[in-house]
Amino acid sequence: MARSVNTSRLTRLRTRSAWAFLAPMLIVLFVVAGWPLGRTIWFSFTDASLDLMSEARWVGIRNYLEYVEFKDGEGKFYGLLADARWWRSVGNTIWFSVVSVSTETVLGLIVALVLNQEFRGRGLVRAAVLIPWAIPTIVSAKMWAWMLHDQFGILNDMLMKVGLISAPVAWTASPDTAMIAVMIVDVWKTTPFMALLILAGLQMIPGDLYEAAKLDGVSALRVFRKITLPLIMPAVLVAVVFRSLDALRIFDIVYVLTPNTDTTRTMSVYARENLFDFDKFAYGSAASTLMFLIIALITIVFILGSRMDLEGKRT
Amino acid sequence: MSLISKMTTGIAGLAIMATSAMAADLSIVHGSVGRDHEILRKQLDKFEANTGNTVTIVSMPESTSDQFGQYKLWLAAQSSDIDVYRMDVIWAPQMAAHFIDLNPLVADIIGDFVPAAVESQTVDGKLVALPMFLGAPALYYRSDLLEKYGENVPETWQEMTATAQKIMDAERAAGSDGMYGFVFQGAAYEGLTCNAQEWIASNGGGRIVELDGSIAINNPKAAEALTLAASWVGGIAPEGVLNYKEEDARGVFQSGNAVFMRNWNYAYALAGGEDSPVRGKFAVTTLPTGGEGTSTAATLGGWHLGVTKYSKNQDAAVELVRFLTNYENQKERAIVTSRPPTLSAVYEDADVAAQQEFIPLWKPVVDNALPRPSAATLRKYNEVSSAFWTAVHNTMSGQGSAEENLAKLEQDLTRLKGPRW
Repeated sequence: MARSVNTSRLTRLRTRSAWAFLAPMLIVLFVVAGWPLGRTIWFSFTDASLDLMSEARWVGIRNYLEYVEFKDGEGKFYGLLADARWWRSVGNTIWFSVVSVSTETVLGLIVALVLNQEFRGRGLVRAAVLIPWAIPTIVSAKMWAWMLHDQFGILNDMLMKVGLISAPVAWTASPDTAMIAVMIVDVWKTTPFMALLILAGLQMIPGDLYEAAKLDGVSALRVFRKITLPLIMPAVLVAVVFRSLDALRIFDIVYVLTPNTDTTRTMSVYARENLFDFDKFAYGSAASTLMFLIIALITIVFILGSRMDLEGKRT
Repeated sequence: MSLISKMTTGIAGLAIMATSAMAADLSIVHGSVGRDHEILRKQLDKFEANTGNTVTIVSMPESTSDQFGQYKLWLAAQSSDIDVYRMDVIWAPQMAAHFIDLNPLVADIIGDFVPAAVESQTVDGKLVALPMFLGAPALYYRSDLLEKYGENVPETWQEMTATAQKIMDAERAAGSDGMYGFVFQGAAYEGLTCNAQEWIASNGGGRIVELDGSIAINNPKAAEALTLAASWVGGIAPEGVLNYKEEDARGVFQSGNAVFMRNWNYAYALAGGEDSPVRGKFAVTTLPTGGEGTSTAATLGGWHLGVTKYSKNQDAAVELVRFLTNYENQKERAIVTSRPPTLSAVYEDADVAAQQEFIPLWKPVVDNALPRPSAATLRKYNEVSSAFWTAVHNTMSGQGSAEENLAKLEQDLTRLKGPRW
């Protein structure tokens, strides 16, 4: 935007009132987001513990990386960046996010396409689809924990009656299936959210486009590929970013559903464990800080990579 | 304002202050397992009727690891919302700073308590919590099934494994598809630390961290114990045991689907309850040993009552703690929940012996129970325990052999220890 030297009085007035309107939100944002984030980053450079927060001393980057030399001349790296457990958690989180978000996107798209059709009782179905999303995650995770229980769970019971499995599967306990169980619950819970956002995108497409295509005798598949998909793409991308941000922070399902093991531990679970259970508040803060950076990085790369239209220039 | 009306206001004010000082609103927090909640409420009702105070129960999940995180947050925030905490036996060294010293307030009664329990709650001469009840696990077994197949009560882990396998196979062949040999607490949490240190200690493999703070866990005896335990999973124990806590294990045993169970004392009252399918069909014994030259090991458990420094009603809270641990209430709790009491005299009570034959028998087990290394490792205990249960859980779920996981555990513990604990 070129800056005109003689900004009119009106423009200046409008800029000023815009700031006045934005100010309350900016202040609230700073208090509830900026300040805690800044504190966490600060704690990650100290030796704070939960009991002695006020006595935290600056220790530099020791929580992230530190080279300790032993008496015999040999040394070893310590700190978060050298912690295999941490990187395993990062790997788990990314693996979980990629699989669950892509599954949710595909399923959400299908559900949205169905809900976009005219049929009797559509309003009721649209509302009913949202139920999993409306249940608090802790509650649905516990509910699923019981359904997936190897001895009393309804899922094993049904699969055995149908004859798909011969012995009960320990869904949440076995290292092979624990992550799958977490993904199943997450997909069940958040597909409605994806469907809703994509449905909103679908409803923005003007009906005459479809009419024109119909007159030209274009096949349904082609209509979907050439008209529907490009037009809902912005909505899908926004939905994917929202979901990815959420998925990368996954905590509650993992915490409630599975044992605290290397196979399912995510970044948030790792951070919480250090912050509260291990009395290593500073180390946990460092994990939180790195987690913030990792999520920010992934989001930025995704937004740039998908050339997402954040400024609304192309509309 | 006239003098008289001033005086009346003053008197009224004093009266209000007096009643508020007398009737306090207290909060007690605990993680209920089995019938803990029911009996606590009943006893609190009596306390309320006696004193005019009101007491609210705040309930926590059964996992002790989950409770710890929440308590830590409340205490660090110096919250006055909770007055009395029911604390796990291992927490005293880590939480001592947040609790008042009960020593001068219970000096008249402390001599009546089991000395080991009092000692476990004493940190640098400060009594952090007054012992409420103890725990020392038992091997629960189906006496009817052992009799049916002519098996003896096993004395070693190897015997137990063989007996469990034999009965499980026979029962399955006879149509009980859901029958398993052994259930225990195998989820990756504090409970697994308790289970696994029993396997290792009873096999002569020593402690997670020795009393003097040295680390000797990476030894062949410990590896042997863990290898045997790993062979149970998917064999005599369901694979799901890797995610079982106390109540999951009890669920399987009490519905008649397991021959053996390792569990705490509370399960005795429930498995013997009137609605229990295994009522009259089971008995308890001490946990098995590793064979010749080894002795049984039972992890010392128990929950104890501490009054936080941040409580606004400390006097009433101490009164509550004294009330809940008095003879009458301990006796009632022993009978209803089959939890071993902390007053030595209750073990000799005739009514308790008549209704919970388990309790008097368990006095020597409680006296010799194996503590976890919370005193040696201080603030690092949780991380030590987590490293230990991770090594055990990995071994049991087939991620590495016992030897590999123990070698890694030794490294982790050495790194955690640093120059000193």
